[in-house]
Formats: sequence, C-alpha cells, structure tokens
Amino acid sequence: MKTWQRHPGIILPLLVVAGLVLWPVISGNESDRETSFTILKAIALASSLNILLGYTGYVSFGHIVFYGFGGYVGIFTVDQLGWSIFPGILAGGIASGLLAFLLGKAILRLRGAYFALATIGVNEAMKAFINNFDLFGGPIGMVLKFSVYKPYGGAARALGMSFYLLAGLVFITIIVSHVIRTSKFGLGLQAIRENEDAAEVMGVVTPNVKTWAYVLSAIVPGMVGVLFFFKNGLIEPPVAFPLHASIELLVMVMLGGQGTVLGPILGAFAYQGMRGYLVISEIFKDIQLSVAGVLLLLIVLFIPAGAVGWLRHRIPTLRRVLA
Amino acid sequence: MQQVNLLLTSLPDGILLGFVFGLAAMGLAMIWGVMNVINLSHGSMIALGMFGTFMLFIRLGIHPYLGMVLIAIVGLVSGVVIYFIAVHRVINAPHLSSLLATFSVNMIIIGIGTAIFTTSPYNVDFNMGSFRLGSTTILGTRLIAALIAILFTAGLYLFLYKTRPGKYIRAVTNNRAAAELMGVPSTRILALSFGLGTMLAAVSGALIATFFPFSILSGGGYELKSFVIGVLGGLGNPIGALVGGLVLGVLEGIIPAFLETSWVPVIEFALFVVILLVKPTGLFGAKR
Repeated sequence: MKTWQRHPGIILPLLVVAGLVLWPVISGNESDRETSFTILKAIALASSLNILLGYTGYVSFGHIVFYGFGGYVGIFTVDQLGWSIFPGILAGGIASGLLAFLLGKAILRLRGAYFALATIGVNEAMKAFINNFDLFGGPIGMVLKFSVYKPYGGAARALGMSFYLLAGLVFITIIVSHVIRTSKFGLGLQAIRENEDAAEVMGVVTPNVKTWAYVLSAIVPGMVGVLFFFKNGLIEPPVAFPLHASIELLVMVMLGGQGTVLGPILGAFAYQGMRGYLVISEIFKDIQLSVAGVLLLLIVLFIPAGAVGWLRHRIPTLRRVLA
Repeated sequence: MQQVNLLLTSLPDGILLGFVFGLAAMGLAMIWGVMNVINLSHGSMIALGMFGTFMLFIRLGIHPYLGMVLIAIVGLVSGVVIYFIAVHRVINAPHLSSLLATFSVNMIIIGIGTAIFTTSPYNVDFNMGSFRLGSTTILGTRLIAALIAILFTAGLYLFLYKTRPGKYIRAVTNNRAAAELMGVPSTRILALSFGLGTMLAAVSGALIATFFPFSILSGGGYELKSFVIGVLGGLGNPIGALVGGLVLGVLEGIIPAFLETSWVPVIEFALFVVILLVKPTGLFGAKR
C-alpha cells in the first residue's frame, strides 16, 4: 500500500490499460480484440516517443524507423533463421536500441528543427536502403510461411498470443515511462528540455543522457514492430516505415499532453477512437483526414499542453494523480 | 563507354529537373529563413499547383503557362490565409507547435483533395515538342519549366534586393526584433513571406504537372526533395536553393550511370543527414 501512495501517478495509466486489455477478454469478440490491439500498439509507440519528445524535448519525425527496423530484424530471425518469436522480439528490440545508440551519437548533437529534419532523413534513407537490401527481401519484403505459427498452436492461437504479448509490453512501457519520469535520470532529461545549456552547467552530462533517452525510446517500438509484423504475416518497406505514422504519434502525444505518463495513453486512445469513428461515419468518411486536421490545429493553437497538461494547470489538486 | 553514354542521356534531364525542384525548395527555404518555421504544408501546396494546372488546362482549356499566373496568385493568397489562420499564433512557440500546425493544414488540404480528386493518378496531356542534343532527346516542356524556374529566381532576387517589401523581408530574416524597432510592419511581412513561399510551391507543382503524372499525395515526395535541396543550399537562403536543386539534379543524373536507380534515394537522404551534421548552414552557407 505504501508503494502505491508514493507513486499515485502510475495508478490511472495502469487502470486504463488494464481496462483495454480486459475488454476483449470479457466480450470474447475477435473484432474487439483487433481494435484493442491497434489502440495498445499506439499507446506503446506514443509512450515510448514521449520519453524523447515529452521528457527531453527533442522532436523526432522518424520515430517509426525503430518500429520498422526492429520489425525487419525480428521477422528476419523468425522467418530466415527459424528462431521462436520470443527471442525474435528481443532481437528486434536490441537491434532498434543499437541503431538508436549509433544514430544518437551523431544526430543528437543537432537541436530543434535541425534534429527533426535529420530524423526525417534517417527514416527515408532507411526505407530506401531496405528497399535495396536483398537479405531482407528488397522491395518485396518477407512473407511469413504458415508453418511459422505451428509451434504456437496454429495461426488463430498465435494471434491471441500476440495480443497478450503486446499487453505485457504496454505495461512494461508505462512502468518504464513512470520510473524514468520520477528518477534522477528523468530529472536530467527534463532539465535538458527546459534549457540544455543550463542543464549542462548544472552537471547533467547531456550527450550521454540524451543518447540513453533515445535508446530507451527506441527499444519498445522495435519489439512492437516484431509483434505486429509477426501477426500481420508480411513485412515490406512502405508498411514498415510510413512517415505519416511518425507524425500521427506526435499528434497523439500532443493531444494527451507531452511529458506526462498518462498523456500519451489518453492521446493514443482518443486519436485511434476518433479515427475509427470518422472512417465509418456517413458524413465524415470522405473528409476524415480534414476533420482530424482541423481538430489537431485547434489543439495546437489553443491547448498546446494537451488534455492532461490543461487539467493539471486548471485543477491543481489533480496534479498528484495526473502525472 | 556505355556509362558515359548513359551519363550523357540522363545528365541534361537531371539538370533541367533540378531547376524545377530548386524552385519548390526555394519556397521552403524562404519560409524557414524568415520565420524559422518548417512548412509541412509545402507538399500539399505543390499538389494543389499540379491540380490547378489540370483543372485550368483540361477543364477550361487555358494554356498551362498562362494558367500558371493564376495559380501563382491563388498560391500567394492562400499562403497569406494559411499564415493568419495557422501559423501566426504559434510563430514564437516551440518548434513542435509550428510543425504540427502546418502539418494539420497539410492534413486538411489532402483530406479535401482526396474527397474531390480521389488518390488515383492524373495526367496532363501537354506537349511542347522535343529536340535532340547530341545523343539525348530533351523534352520541350522540361526546358521551358527550367527556364521559368530561372525566371522566377531572378524575379525573387530582384524583389528581395531592389524593392521595399523585399528589403523588409530581408530585414526581418536578419533580426525580427530590430526590424520591428525600425518600423517594419513585421506581421504583414511574415504573412507576405509565407505567401511567397507557398506561391513558389504551387508554381513548381504547376510546372511538374506538365511532364509527370501526379496524384493528390505526390506532393509529399517533392516536399522531401525540397528538404534535401534546402539543406544542400542552406536553409534560409532562397537563392542557394536553386543551386541546391541543381546539385540534386546532377546527382540524380550521375548516380543511375553507376548504380541501380533505386539507390538514388538512399544516397540522397544519407547525404542530407551528413550535411545536416557537418555543415547545417548548407554547402553554400546561409547569410547569417
């Protein structure tokens, strides 16, 4: 009980995610499970982006590169090397982490918009490179053979299993996000966000701290990528590195509130829910992109701190719970 | 020898296209230079320029180069409108805000465009003949497009250096606070710069539509090219963008002679990242 009192900010995020995981379990409906899978995936990706964007203040337009690259490495180990999915997921996470480490050493020296531009370049360069990389199937990509799913009791069972694996990953992501936010390391990140030069003067070893934040934010997308493409059965360059997906993640983090644990979760939930509604609605289905654009514009112009940030600002008593 | 031949055929084309891409990048570099905003609605304005040519030429039968004047005016006005609706409030906010604001404009335009034109490819069937230069054939439309791009650059140069609003723009680029103290109406100048940048995007789109097929989504690819060119020529240096476009065009002409064409984007974007790292002011350095 004591631990819960010391960490009130983690309770609400965990409850939201637990609800999302339990919903398809209780309803037993497979299409509910698919919806929940999509939202959970968005939560994992947005929360991991938040480590870099919200805590450290670095805008990345290429977060999806880790999802695609990790996915490729993991699917390669499963498809070509015949590994099981579990070490495959780990391989994807480690590969993305390594990529982030190497990239971070180079591009984290850039600040502001220059960093944002560089991440676009990295994403496009990686996509174009994979397109030419024969080991990963080049432009055709890799198609998982049906026999891959056998050890897990067939394709249908494997789908169910990947849902629970993803749920586990999301819980880990949220706990990591919360631990970082409350740790000394996280304080260093937030100091960098407020003023990088001042942080350095105060003794934050900014190059190292930034690199580790980048690595931490990259591992989860790599693992999620492996899971998603394992479930999907097919991986190809345009699906693995969609630039607009990176921007959608930024929107989710902004929507919910950057720099908070709960924000990206609510943002991912709201954004995916809204998109799901707009796509099927009679009036909006043709211009769903425009409607989403108008909403985004209104949020950016009038509530830049996002929903959670706005609530924290308006109702100070909620600050302990809404972390 | 075969490579030399290939080079001779692809290089002139690359150079001509480079000028047109340079024109698009000039719009992006201009907005960045004046107000430190990366305009993510750039691609959708290029696409609108393309569909402008399509509508005016195919539906109304107006000659594409005449219609371009109209497209330029519409581009300028819509740029000013976008500035006041989406950019003005976030001009002093952190980068993320202006990036997302312009991106939401991009979403709105693409959404409406998709509803009207769907995402299927369009083609403007327009021919200005062609002529042979040694072993290569040069399309008339591309040559004229390159000439128009050069013309626009010269016009922009004269505007920036010889006219009063142009000098205001340069003053705001250099130091907005100081310019305001000297009595420069900075809000109007920022809006004008955004309009000009958008106009250049629309015009380059109109030019590209005369020789490439396009869809409402194809602006994104040219926007990425504009980033690469902008960084090559120095972001914030509109005239350097034309040179950057030329460099990119030459690269696109040379690389296919030695490697498969699919490697072109790999090299382009790797170069982009390396230049950002080594010399973020661009190969020719922004005037700062």
